[in-house]
Amino acid sequence: MKPQLIRRYSAAERINHWIVAVCFILLALSGLAFFYPAFFWLTGVFGTPQLARIVHPFVGVLMSVAFARQFFRYWHHNLLTRDDIQWMKSVKTVMQGHEVGDTGKYNGGQKGMFWLMCACMAVLLASGIIAWRPYFAGHFPIPLIRIALLAHAWAATILIAGIIVHVYAAFWVQGTIRAMVEGVVSHAWAKKHHPRWYREVTGKQK
Amino acid sequence: MALQSLDITRRSASPTASPQARKTIEIAKLIDVSTCIGCKACQVACSEWNDIREEVGHNIGVYDNPTDLSADAWTVMRFAEEESNGKLEWLIRKDGCMHCADPGCLKACPSPGAIIQYSNGIVDFHQENCIGCGYCISGCPFNVPRISQQDNKAYKCTMCSDRVAVGMEPACVKTCPTGAIQFGSKEDMKQLAASRVADLKTRGYAGAGLYDPQGVGGTHVMYVLHHADKPQQYSGLPKDPQISPAVQLWKGWLKPLATVGIAAAGLFGFFHYITVGPNHADDEEDDTAANVGRKEKQEDKA
Repeated sequence: MKPQLIRRYSAAERINHWIVAVCFILLALSGLAFFYPAFFWLTGVFGTPQLARIVHPFVGVLMSVAFARQFFRYWHHNLLTRDDIQWMKSVKTVMQGHEVGDTGKYNGGQKGMFWLMCACMAVLLASGIIAWRPYFAGHFPIPLIRIALLAHAWAATILIAGIIVHVYAAFWVQGTIRAMVEGVVSHAWAKKHHPRWYREVTGKQK
Repeated sequence: MALQSLDITRRSASPTASPQARKTIEIAKLIDVSTCIGCKACQVACSEWNDIREEVGHNIGVYDNPTDLSADAWTVMRFAEEESNGKLEWLIRKDGCMHCADPGCLKACPSPGAIIQYSNGIVDFHQENCIGCGYCISGCPFNVPRISQQDNKAYKCTMCSDRVAVGMEPACVKTCPTGAIQFGSKEDMKQLAASRVADLKTRGYAGAGLYDPQGVGGTHVMYVLHHADKPQQYSGLPKDPQISPAVQLWKGWLKPLATVGIAAAGLFGFFHYITVGPNHADDEEDDTAANVGRKEKQEDKA
């Protein structure tokens, strides 16, 4: 690592993130195929429609397990503070490219996204198990399965829209994708976007 | 088991319309429970014609056998013992697919052409397109479709679409020894039902009537019931069956909403980027060529 770079994510964290990401893409594509008749051809990501129906829930379990690992890594970094509320209220300023508040490892938007993802993942996992044929659905009453299917589609829609924002934010704030690919960020990046975290990891006052 | 020799009006998961030019007669099967003797000949005929054999089960103390519909039992007789006015009534109902005009299974199915509705009213499953998700089970207000444990595909009564396509009546109709199951145009069956209902009323069944529930647009299997005011007595025949609101929301409202939501997220990103532009930190400590170029550009802007 070059001396002017700061480590943000370890190799284990990055592998963990990309397992979740790849699972998510496969699940979103096949899930959209089951949801929109006109996109049914997207079941092709798993070979055939029947295979997509069979494989989708197993990939879902893998994503849930990998995401659970992430949850235990990051939940304590994502507890909301008054600064985060301030950040959320000033989101317009933030979107103009200005910084708001003395941001730590994560800003208010990232924390909000974290908890949104956690909620969606929990709903997707629970409803997915309830609707999972042939293994589990038969053990649940049909009215509950109906609600599970509705909740699954809702949570998936919110998560897909959320992930689009997540990916765009990483792309927009340049130097961020490097944190999840190479694991490092520049001093300038850290100083500008996460000043409190920058001081914590470097021990510098300014 | 779908046959292409009948005209198709609706296919599952197919956003555009099927050919609509030809009009065919709407058919219906009329089951008169008041003349049914519970002999189960219809069950046997169904099993014979369709080459399906349910495993021999156990006697559970009532006449029901098999005890439930399955991928290998597309129709079952359900025997209910009801006491009213100090009299025991043995209410026997031949259960199976109702062939709804607005089929919940077809609405819920995600696989194009796995469920089709013929222009004569028959709703049929096309197993080679079935993916085994079980959405049809959630869509059905009558709890009819069953997924086979053998091949994970959904099965149910076809109304013998293969027989009807060549001008024959369904196997159960053909075999019924008392004429309790009749088959013909829906109009004719309604007329026949009206005469049966009138007869039952003269015999003291004031609640007699035709079961052709409008909540699912009417059905192509109809019952003459001596207690049409209390259909639940017939082993839980629903009084006002409808496609569940959860399924309606899922397959109806959520789709446009999800489209707008997902598209909005994507469009927001795109327009934000081309108007506000990227957000980068000036990296004095990392003056790579790319960064220098970027700085010059910013200076130009300023």
